[in-house]
This record gives sequence, structure tokens and C-alpha cells, in this order.
Amino acid sequence: MTHTQKRILVNNIVMVLSTLSAVIGIGFLLWILSVLVINGLDALSMTIFTNEGAPPGNDNGGLKHALIGQLMLVSYAALFGVPLGVLAGTYLSEYGLKSKLSETIRDISDIMMSAPSIVIGAFVYAIVVSPMGHFSGWAGSIALTIIMIPIILRTTDDMLQLVPSTLREAAFALGAPKYKVIIQIVYRGAKAGILTGILLGVARVAGETAPLLFTSFNDNFLNMNMNQPMASLTVTMYNYATSPYEDWQRLGWAAAFILSMFILSLNILGRLFLLKKRGKH
Amino acid sequence: MSSIVDKIFANTTKLIAFGVLLLVAWIFTVLFEHSIESIKTFGFTFITDTKWAPNIEKFGALPAIYGSVVSTFLAMILAVPVAIGIAIFLSEIAHAKLKTPVGISIELLAAIPSVIYGMWGLFYFVPIIRDVFGGIGISMLTAGIILSIMILPFMAAVTRDAMNTTPDILKESAYALGGTKWDVIKDVIIPYAKAGIIGSFILALGRAIGETMAVTFVMGNVHKISTDITEPATSIPVTLANEFAEADSSIYYSSLFELSLFLLIISFTIISVAKFYFLRRKRIA
Repeated sequence: MTHTQKRILVNNIVMVLSTLSAVIGIGFLLWILSVLVINGLDALSMTIFTNEGAPPGNDNGGLKHALIGQLMLVSYAALFGVPLGVLAGTYLSEYGLKSKLSETIRDISDIMMSAPSIVIGAFVYAIVVSPMGHFSGWAGSIALTIIMIPIILRTTDDMLQLVPSTLREAAFALGAPKYKVIIQIVYRGAKAGILTGILLGVARVAGETAPLLFTSFNDNFLNMNMNQPMASLTVTMYNYATSPYEDWQRLGWAAAFILSMFILSLNILGRLFLLKKRGKH
Repeated sequence: MSSIVDKIFANTTKLIAFGVLLLVAWIFTVLFEHSIESIKTFGFTFITDTKWAPNIEKFGALPAIYGSVVSTFLAMILAVPVAIGIAIFLSEIAHAKLKTPVGISIELLAAIPSVIYGMWGLFYFVPIIRDVFGGIGISMLTAGIILSIMILPFMAAVTRDAMNTTPDILKESAYALGGTKWDVIKDVIIPYAKAGIIGSFILALGRAIGETMAVTFVMGNVHKISTDITEPATSIPVTLANEFAEADSSIYYSSLFELSLFLLIISFTIISVAKFYFLRRKRIA
């Protein structure tokens, strides 16, 4: 075999192996997705949205308690996390762009985005659950807020930096004070990007389970008091899926399906915002 | 008037930004404070002792550390070749029409919460492991495999991004010299994007080691070191997830906090190495 033939042969082998591994990897992921859709759709019914948790064996259990709990936990987390993240990101991009402090904050936020979320749960347990003496919705929301802040901070920072400095200069030239320039010009210019960051941040914390296990804990019934343990879709999914009861497992799949669809829609929406923005330029 | 508002706005943003640093420092401090009892009681034996027995208040974390190391290692050796394959496929092989949809689907899969991977593993993968290897199917091996599938989309996406940083002109020059795709990959793309590729693997490793929900379903939380990977085992996050809400003594809590601190330090270190040594800051993932 000549050298060239050998090279072509090796090339073909590598190409086949790469394609094969892509097919295997994507095949597994499709398997998971199809299991999720099939089981989820199968378990989905109106009673899931109207009924609360029920003891096993009782066929009319629902997920109303977990859906509302999840909504409250994530909404409160967004209520705290979005303004804090956006304002901190504003500092990085508008005031301390290249300062040592900003660089350190960027680095630490990048690391926190990949840090184990269960550790945040342990931290919140120590500062909230333990002093209060019981699990609570607040504790869960605080844990989610801590996870959300670095994500929103970094996207805001990046997106504000994309706003052309000539826009800022034009506004300054008209005599606008800096805060007005930021709020009326920079934020407006980066609207789509900031919104994308918020959507991705919300999507990320909506799927978090580990930090909720020992902060908001769980409740099989509807509770709208943030001072009490609160159900979430994720923890409910975990408890139901690991239970030996088939009707609970079905509810677990329904929860998994609803949650995934919610998270995927947020992600797709976020991408569309960015695409639209890019299209304009 | 507006200069006062200006100052207030500037200082508020600065305060909050600085607060992020304080928060991280606070997390370390709180975890450390709560670990003191365990550190004082067990000292260094905490990470060398193999016995984790809450009933006699004896806590040795070696089985959990061992489980974290082995399951993550398994996940990495399974995921790395497939991730490279997918990345090569997406950056060099796939037709342009296929590149975007497949690439986007992989990025979207990275957004699926890990609890769903764990649930799938429990219902669909555990029976397969049980049939093939015997035992109960809940094992270190199952955990490693589920973990590898969970980190695959993330790893493939960042590896592809790293490979895509290679300037087209370099690739085209190599093709013009008669290089095959593989020649271009091994002699142009990999040397050019080496740091980025290694960085993405290490970043995925940092995520895998702290991953909780994907493995909690299928690992078993058994504090025993076994060389047989088809036996149930535990890892640091699995121990935390299973035992935190149930701990009943202050030394038990303290040991769990020490475990959390240990996990945080390990992941912080791994992620820092990936970010600062291999991947100088680019856009966020």
C-alpha cells in the first residue's frame, strides 16, 4: 500500500468512527427524549393540573401543588436574582470595565456557574433553614437566587459591552447624566441580550433539584406560604420516581415532561431573541 | 439633583457587584465554620477513614471520595471519545444543512435538567445493567454511564466551539496541500485548538464531579469501597443528597458540611484550572 492510500484509509476509518460516535451519542440523547415524551404524554391529563398530591393507589393524584410551588420558588428567585444580577453586570460593563475588581468578579462568577449546586443548598441550610428551625420556600428561593445571579451578571456584562460606545457618547454630548445614559440608552440597546440572559438564568434554576432537597424540601399538598416547606416539580419528580408506586411514577414522568418543555421553550425563546437582534445589525 | 442620583446609581451597582464576591467568601466561611466540629474530631482521618457509620458517630469519607473519583473517571473515559467524535462530525464532516440543527439540538440537550437523566437511568438503564452484569443494577458502573451521557452534550458543544476557533485559512491551506480531513484534524485543528479542547474536558470534569441528581437515582448510597464496579456505591454529592435532610446529630451535620466544603474546593480548583489555564475568558457557555 502506498503512503497516500494509507493516509486515505486512515482518514476513512476516522471519519467512519467519528460519524458512528456522533450517531451513538445522539442516539442515546434521542432515546432519553423519546422516553420523556412518550411517558410524559401518556401520563398527562387535566387532573394533573387541578388535583394535589394524593396517597399512592389513589388514581386521582395531581401535580397542582408542585406546579404552583415551582412557580413561586422560581418567581421569587427571579424577583431577587434578576435586578441583582443586572445591576452587578451593569457595574462590570459601565463603571469598572477593566478594573481589577471587575476582572475578579467575572472570574469568580464564571466559576460559580459551574460549581456544584448541592453545595449552595448546604450553605442555605446553614444560614436559613438551621436558624429558622424548619425547611421553607424562602430557603429554596434564596438557594436558586444564588445560582441565578452569576448567570445573569455575566450575560448582562457581555451584552452591555456589545452596545457601541458611540451611542453612549452621543447621549453624553446631549448632557445626559451617566445613570440616564445607562438606563435609557445602554439598557435599551442591549434589551434583547439582557432578556436572553434572564430567560437562560430562569431556565437553569427551574431545573435545579439538588439545592432544593434540603431547603424548600417538599410537601405533598398545596402550600402557598413561603415560610413553610414547599413542593417543587423537581423534588416531587425525584420522590415520586424513586417510590415503588406506579401511579406516583406516572406523575413523576408527567412532571419531567412539563418541566423539560418549559425549560426547552425558554431556551428556544432566548435564542430567538438573540437571532432577531443579530438580524437587525 | 441628577448628580446625586448618578452617585447613588453608581454606588448601588458597585455595592451589588462587590456583594457577589462577599457572597462567595461567605459561602466558604459558613461551610468552614460548620465543618469545624468534624475537622476537630476526625482531623485528617476524615478523608482516609473508610467507615461512615452515623449510628456510632464515626465519619470517614473515603468511600464517598472513592465513589466520586471512580464514577467521574468512568464518565470521562466514556464521554471523551464520543464527544470528540461528535465535535469532529459537527465541525468537519456534517453537511452545512445538518450542522446547525444537530448542533442546536445538542446545545438544547445540555439544558435538560440532570434529574431527568437520572430518572431515565433508573427506569431504563438500571434493568439493562441488571440483565447484563447481574446484581441489582444500581451501581457505580450505572452511575458512570448515566453521568457520561449527561455531560456529553455540554462536552461536545464546547469541544466543537474550541475546534471551530481554528481559522478557516489554516484549514484551507492544509487541504490545498492535499491533506485528508484526518490530516487537517490532527495536524491543524488539534494543535491549534489543543488548549481549548483540553480546557473543555476539564470543565466537563469539574461539572461531573459535583453532579448530584443524575447519579443519586442509580448509585445506591452504600458507603463501601468495592473494586467491583457493578456493586452499589456512593459519591460525595450522593451522600449529601441522601443524608442531609435526615442527619440527627451535630457531628453528623458537621461531617456533611465538611464533605460539602471538600466538594466545593475540589470543583473550584478543577474549574479554575480549566478556565484560567486552558480557556482564557471568551463568551459564556
